[in-house]
Amino acid sequence: MIGTLLRIHSTNLRRDRVAQLLTFVVPMAFFTIFALVFGGRGRDVTPRVHLAVVDESRTPTSARLVQALRAEKSLVVLTRMRRGGPAGDTTLVPIDRARAGQLVRDGEAPLALVLPAGLDTSLARFDGGGTPLQLLSDPSDPIAPQVVGGLLQKVVMTAMPDLFMQRGIGEFERYTGPLTPQQRRGVDQWLPRLRSQAARDATAPFGAAAAPGAGAARTSADSSGNAAFSGLAKVEVVPVLGRKQDTGMISFYAAAIAVMFLLFTASAVAGTLLDEVDSGTLERVLSSRVGMTGLLAGKWTWMTLLGVLQIVVMFVYGMLVFRLDLLHHLPGFAVMTVFTAATTAAFGLFLASLCRTRAQLGGISTLVILVMSALGGSMFPRFLMTPVMQRAGLVTFNAWALDGYVKVFWREAPLGALLPQLGMLVGFLVLFLALARLFARRWERA
Amino acid sequence: MTVLRVQDAKRSFGTTQALAGVSLELGEGELLGLLGPNGAGKTTLVRALAGRVRLDGGTIELFGRRLSPTEARDGLGVVPQEIALYPLLTARENLEAFGSFNGLRGAALRERVGWALEWTGLAERAREPIRRFSGGMKRRLNIACGVLHEPRVILLDEPTVGVDPQSRERIYEMLDRLRERGVSLLLTTHQLDEAEARCERIVIVDHGRVIAAGTLDELVRDTVGERRTATVRLDRAPDAPLEGMTAGDGATLWSAPVRDVDADVAALLARVAAAGRSVVDLELRRPSLQSVFLHLTGRELRE
Repeated sequence: MIGTLLRIHSTNLRRDRVAQLLTFVVPMAFFTIFALVFGGRGRDVTPRVHLAVVDESRTPTSARLVQALRAEKSLVVLTRMRRGGPAGDTTLVPIDRARAGQLVRDGEAPLALVLPAGLDTSLARFDGGGTPLQLLSDPSDPIAPQVVGGLLQKVVMTAMPDLFMQRGIGEFERYTGPLTPQQRRGVDQWLPRLRSQAARDATAPFGAAAAPGAGAARTSADSSGNAAFSGLAKVEVVPVLGRKQDTGMISFYAAAIAVMFLLFTASAVAGTLLDEVDSGTLERVLSSRVGMTGLLAGKWTWMTLLGVLQIVVMFVYGMLVFRLDLLHHLPGFAVMTVFTAATTAAFGLFLASLCRTRAQLGGISTLVILVMSALGGSMFPRFLMTPVMQRAGLVTFNAWALDGYVKVFWREAPLGALLPQLGMLVGFLVLFLALARLFARRWERA
Repeated sequence: MTVLRVQDAKRSFGTTQALAGVSLELGEGELLGLLGPNGAGKTTLVRALAGRVRLDGGTIELFGRRLSPTEARDGLGVVPQEIALYPLLTARENLEAFGSFNGLRGAALRERVGWALEWTGLAERAREPIRRFSGGMKRRLNIACGVLHEPRVILLDEPTVGVDPQSRERIYEMLDRLRERGVSLLLTTHQLDEAEARCERIVIVDHGRVIAAGTLDELVRDTVGERRTATVRLDRAPDAPLEGMTAGDGATLWSAPVRDVDADVAALLARVAAAGRSVVDLELRRPSLQSVFLHLTGRELRE
């Protein structure tokens, strides 16, 4: 009897391509995506952190530090920007503290480094005193400040050893008395050589010179986000969106989870189209005054309204239970929610019109939605992925939707700043509806 | 008056010719049976009439006006073989939905829904989701959703399939009430006894063509002939075969063709008496639609 049952089930599996897809292909697809997100493959370029640098010190030391940061392969140093931001005119202006803060708020750079006036007296202090370097950070990326803080320690150490020498000798003289003239001459001859050696090291490939810094990076990474880094360069992390940090992550996941389940809901509701094909109801409806375009429009409208309701319920729940700040973001939330729900509804119709049976829709939609959710950032924030994966995610409409929600809830962006996201969502919406209408032609007159 | 006329309807799907020149007419208030084996072309013809299949050739006229393949058939009602309803909606909600799809609004819709609930005998169950309904109740509602907008011609595809005899009777009572109003019905069915008993005229199609059309008497006369069959059951098996008669199941059952009922039956009884046997039972059977159908379409399975 058990043998007969085994034969029946194995035969069923052999003849059911959807079941094979769900059993073998979906897990592999997920494994691949998460391996690309978290693993080394797919990182065809080294991940680089964009760092806006504001030099308020304007001394040779600060210039040397900026130069050393530029030489750091894991950083992209920005000291100038377009007037009026990325969408502004092409005239480049130096980045000041206000502009740096705005760049971080807009998500153009996860971090900005401010080299304050008096930097020369702050670096390489052994007493922990002096004005700290400031890292203006976006709390949505908790990793970047840790990485850059560590890199700063390394850069200061490897790029300016002469400074440490001077500081060390100063401390030595403070406690033991001045150097002899002969010692002073030796130091004066040695310091330029040390400086030129450091300049050569700064242009060398990341290797042995980086080793001391790696330890510093680890030390820095151990410190918590807002605490000043201990080490050779005193660094203070200043979150420019600090007050939103706790609820911001909640708003992100409210949107991420809502959009993922919106996709499942849209697929399920759109699947009623296939149920109606099977039951003959579609044939009957199309025999009446209702045409296919009207039918799809009706279903799309309903699915959009349902999607809006689903997202609203999710965010209201987040507001009541997790203190998500919904009420101060209502306009942006409303706009993003309507456009997201409308596009998701169109996507559901597209999937349903693509499939021939409900079982086929179940299999394909599970695969597609989970892959889209992984790529688009519903499962893991895109801004924490590698640049390659971040770019890959942009082929999914849910990535644009989530970017819009992040702009609204994290970056306090005005409605106008949502135009790129809304434009892309409208583009996807039109594409999905057009494809759904095209594929639905097979249910029209034979 | 002819309300629906199909002339030389042709339609092929790939290499399969589903309709090879079908012509038929439906009169006002008439119940016309459309019969044929599986794959004969009935469904394609009904779908073409409903505007769901384009014809390769031929014409369809409704109330004397030629229909284009794409135009709405407001004067036509379609009742599909499937229970094409929304299972989670109530009877009333289903009626309202299909009434709306067919252009009814406001008071007219409410009035027609009320009529349909009374017509189907579902008024007391109007607020129940139909998934709890019996097969017969769903069938009645299925029909009602196709006639809400008061079409004068209704296409019924197997409207009584899968229901018990009581529900079947009720459905035909409903259809009779429609006919009393002058509504014309085109009925496709495999229930030949129903077609024989209910339809005024019958059209038999096979291989995409009309192979016979007319009243039952006309079909019988033109195909198997009007010869009846007399069957007698004897008290005991005869000692020798009875002349001119054929033995049936068991040795006591004997049949013979009957042309003249008066003369032939009397002669048959005389032969039995001459053989020293008595007649326990006598059945006189005229040719049925079943015999006509099998005569025309053969006994080969269509799959």
